[in-house]
Amino acid sequence: DPQKTAFLLRKAWTLYSVTPLYGFCRARLRDYARLLGAFIAAEKQKGLAVEVGGELDIKAALSSLADLRGSERDQAALLVQLSSRSRASSRSSEDKPVWSGWFCSVFGDDLSENVPEHFTCLPLFLTHGAETYTALVGSWFQKTFDCCFRRLAISPLNLSWMVAMWAGCKLDRAASAVELVFSVPRLSHPLDISYAIHPEDAKALWDSVQKTPGEITQEEVDVFMDCLYAHFHRHFKIHLSAAKLVKVSTAVASAHCDGIIKILHSQYLPGVLMLLTELAISQIQ
Amino acid sequence: HLATSLPLPSERDHLRPRIDLVVFMIDIKSKYSLKNVETSLAHVDASFFLGKVCFLVTGVGRVNACSIETNAVCKLGEAYCSPVLFCELELEGIRVTTAQRLVRMLGICAGHTPGVSALSFVSLMRKSDDD
Repeated sequence: DPQKTAFLLRKAWTLYSVTPLYGFCRARLRDYARLLGAFIAAEKQKGLAVEVGGELDIKAALSSLADLRGSERDQAALLVQLSSRSRASSRSSEDKPVWSGWFCSVFGDDLSENVPEHFTCLPLFLTHGAETYTALVGSWFQKTFDCCFRRLAISPLNLSWMVAMWAGCKLDRAASAVELVFSVPRLSHPLDISYAIHPEDAKALWDSVQKTPGEITQEEVDVFMDCLYAHFHRHFKIHLSAAKLVKVSTAVASAHCDGIIKILHSQYLPGVLMLLTELAISQIQ
Repeated sequence: HLATSLPLPSERDHLRPRIDLVVFMIDIKSKYSLKNVETSLAHVDASFFLGKVCFLVTGVGRVNACSIETNAVCKLGEAYCSPVLFCELELEGIRVTTAQRLVRMLGICAGHTPGVSALSFVSLMRKSDDD
């Protein structure tokens, strides 16, 4: 299990929410890969996908990741990989991965239980690679399965949940600092404030706030954040609560408000994906 | 009259006209604005909470920039028996409509609408909220 999902770690993934796919059939993955490859080649012919190295052929591959799901009610994750092969060589060992994306659902019951037949629910879509390829793959899926993609932005409210949850995670190795990045609005020159906290201090703070292990409430997250804000104000006389929280970084994962995530620890992968699935579903509904 | 927080400076007390309505503005993008309002509420005389206070939450158009939970604001409104209005100041149409609503409320609070008192109006608004 950890071997197969290792490629997901330590990469910056761009997040999208996807509405349910209509008429998707797991048995036809090879067909879909062929059709997707042909679509991309056709678009390149039209000159719509202008990429450096136009003499490269793009090959598509679709596969299922059976273990990447929350419960049996979730659909298995779907991985899409684009690789390039220079026309000069025909050996498949020369394929260079250029883009990857995967659809998943981790405890996405809120969406899947209300959906009619013939629909497949995989509300979270993560991509890594050039935006032009994301657009091509997205438009093929939209055309083929009548679904809709939207960038998944993460609000400061949700980012503070993430930092509180992840700062409290127990890690055996020495952890990296907990970092929060704020952007200050309404200034002539944009100002970013980076607030780094020793991971042990952050965990100690969260442990003193959390009442029931395994449960997190909005009040607890508020108290945690207020302590951090108060500490900063005491030293720098700046109210971080008036600034916009744009990025949070912990040893478990880091997240940016534009909808970019990086997962660093395989142990917490399901937890992070569950949270992201929830965000994706609330954006769809 | 605009103020960034309460209490108002006491030097100008004798020049100030009667206050008919207090609108507390909360920017959904700023947790600080909510804290500021909560602290300022302590400086408002209890009699104002009989229909002469309202909470105005701005910036609701930008769901992705939320720093405050709307539940928290609604709870605040309930705790202080005052209505909570939501608006987006960046959109002119909503800005104008919200301003008109506030002026209508102000008229009632100042006693310019015969037959409707501030208190009866606020209980009307709360009834429709519960529905």
